[in-house]
Amino acid sequence: MSVDAVGARIDARAWGWRHTGRSDWALSGIDLTITPGERVLLLGASGAGKSTFLHALAGVLGDDDDGEAHGELLVDGRAPEIVRGRVGLLLQDPDAQVILARVGDDVAFGCENLGVPRDEIWRRVDAALTAVGLKLPLDHPTSALSGGQKQRLALAGLLAMQPGLLLLDEPTANLDSHGVEEVRAAVEAVVAETGATLVVIEHRVSIWRELVDRVIVFAPGGGVLADGPPGRVLAEQGASLAASGVWVPEFPPARPVRRPGRDTRVLLTTEELVIGRNARAVNDEPISLELERGRSLAITGPNGSGKSTLALTIGGLLPPVVGTVSAAGLANGAVEEPISWKSKELLTRIGSVFQDPEHQFVAATVRDELAVGPRALGLPEHEIDARIANLAARLRLDTLLAANPFTLSGGEKRRLSVATVLATRPPLVILDEPTFGQDSRTWQELVALLAELLDDGTSIVAVTHDTEFIAAIADQELRLAAPTPARRDDVESAR
Amino acid sequence: MSVLTPVKGTQAVYRLNPVSKLAASAIISVTLVLSIDWVSAAVALALEIVIFFWAGIGLRPFLRRTMPIWIAALLGGFTILLYGRASGETYFQFLLIQISDGSIELAIATTLRMLAIALPAVVLFITIDPTDLADGLAQIVRLPARFVLGALASLRLVGLFAEDWRSLELARRARGIADRGRLRRFWGQAFALLVLSIRRGAKLSTAMEARGFGAPALRTWARESRLRSADGVLVALAIVISLTAVTVSVLTGNWNFIAAQS
Repeated sequence: MSVDAVGARIDARAWGWRHTGRSDWALSGIDLTITPGERVLLLGASGAGKSTFLHALAGVLGDDDDGEAHGELLVDGRAPEIVRGRVGLLLQDPDAQVILARVGDDVAFGCENLGVPRDEIWRRVDAALTAVGLKLPLDHPTSALSGGQKQRLALAGLLAMQPGLLLLDEPTANLDSHGVEEVRAAVEAVVAETGATLVVIEHRVSIWRELVDRVIVFAPGGGVLADGPPGRVLAEQGASLAASGVWVPEFPPARPVRRPGRDTRVLLTTEELVIGRNARAVNDEPISLELERGRSLAITGPNGSGKSTLALTIGGLLPPVVGTVSAAGLANGAVEEPISWKSKELLTRIGSVFQDPEHQFVAATVRDELAVGPRALGLPEHEIDARIANLAARLRLDTLLAANPFTLSGGEKRRLSVATVLATRPPLVILDEPTFGQDSRTWQELVALLAELLDDGTSIVAVTHDTEFIAAIADQELRLAAPTPARRDDVESAR
Repeated sequence: MSVLTPVKGTQAVYRLNPVSKLAASAIISVTLVLSIDWVSAAVALALEIVIFFWAGIGLRPFLRRTMPIWIAALLGGFTILLYGRASGETYFQFLLIQISDGSIELAIATTLRMLAIALPAVVLFITIDPTDLADGLAQIVRLPARFVLGALASLRLVGLFAEDWRSLELARRARGIADRGRLRRFWGQAFALLVLSIRRGAKLSTAMEARGFGAPALRTWARESRLRSADGVLVALAIVISLTAVTVSVLTGNWNFIAAQS
């Protein structure tokens, strides 16, 4: 890499930012200096303004219409908006960062914007793809990449711009453990090669701990709470960070104690089940399983193996391609196949919590959202009110009842999506990646709640990558196999 | 499925610049809407069919991709046959339906014209890769890069919208509200999709800005979009087809310029 690629320097002097229309400062009183080549892990409770800080450094926070700054924030002694290209920002959502249709073009995009000459662009594209370990033809379609590959592609796109400062905003929150390792290794290779300064935000300390040489903790009210070498800062602040939701290895969230009931009647069985969307089969091995009362099943497996499709099929939302799903233990007067049930009949039998909570929100307030299911069942108003009050208290939603579901934080949305399903008390609850991107506090609450449901006799199915979740909750694990190569093309282009 | 899946092929038609394809189909369309006689349409169509063989698209994929056009053209022609302005001898009459010499001629002319305009457009467009089109529009036609690339990047979101819509639908069944009120549910779902897409759009634009999109530097282009001699040939062919169609039609006395009609 060229000489320009040495690390950038960051200076913040009493810096703060307030979004337009908000009375509180998102963050304020930030005083710090990060010297060229330093590798920093930025921690803090959610709402401490970590992302805002990174966006400001990348110069994408917007102008006076978007908010108001005070103090001074400089990259290499200049305003971040002026040194665009010196700074590369990697975001959380892999799908939101793919810009063009072909791998090579996507990596070249940043260079084009910076006015790099054509020959030089393609040299840099090759070098960047090699650095992140993405060995694919330049015309490979970006839509066929896995989450981890998409993040590495985005990293290559930043790298090709030869930035002196790499900013990573929870780059692995949406990835499975394999994807997390891919991205971490790529980042390690990149900073070693370029000497770029690195600032990373992440809930999970363990991923980056060995790679960084400094940890900075933002205080929720403003200012810097702690700053120093990882060992010292985590020893001093570990307990309070863990309490605010940061995953600190020394302070893991509590695991529930299970008290399983005796009654383990079979609620649902599948026989020789082949799953898929639009009648296109995903799995090679037919699936036969039994779900028992008060027991939990974790569905695991690599990307594209059909985990979510299986959850939707068991949940009576997608028809089987071949084979049967039979829920004699749940039918209670209805036919045995959940896919033939009416929408209303599902409510008191099987509850499905979607991976993206926003997909299942249908009301304008949290209160109405919780009431949707009970109303559809025609329950009396006093009963509905009682159920809402109970769930809201248990899931810390009671102060948010008048809020719009779409305006909640990630953790609050997750808790609400679980609560809406529990409101109609289905004996079988199916959850798709319930702990994805959650902080340790929400994680602990969720696991405790699910353990309680299990002990009370609810059956739980969870699609998950989260090994700690499996260790805490799962009674059985069903691991789906990777699709065969020919089939993978189908699946991925269908995604 | 993504709308932005790269379009690839080895035949001659894939090597042409998308801009010249747009120009060629525009030339033919504009010429053919100037008159509604059957001769100019028939001549143009005949010449185009010869060109399709040159383009190297197999008969089967050609028929599959253009099927809607054949159906639309025949239906359009049939409607004109029944209801078109009557003249000459009348063969059949029932209520408003009147099949006459005039309506038969008009029906043939309409069907041929729809085919002659739409077939080349489809053949040229299905072989256009959206990325190449954007390159051409920005570098050759000199449309603003911000606009062209913004449109190109947002095209990718269309595939995600389709996925979102499916999830929204399944989620409504899971929430117990999918049994009744189909229309109201549709609007609710459409509104949810709107919220989701605005959010996706905002994220995409942040990601683009983070890669220097909109930076003050003069933008360079990693892929050069160039007009080659084959592109000149394509446009010349379009002009030849148009001129031949008009000339034959005028010489045989069939040309009726639409602006000249009362």
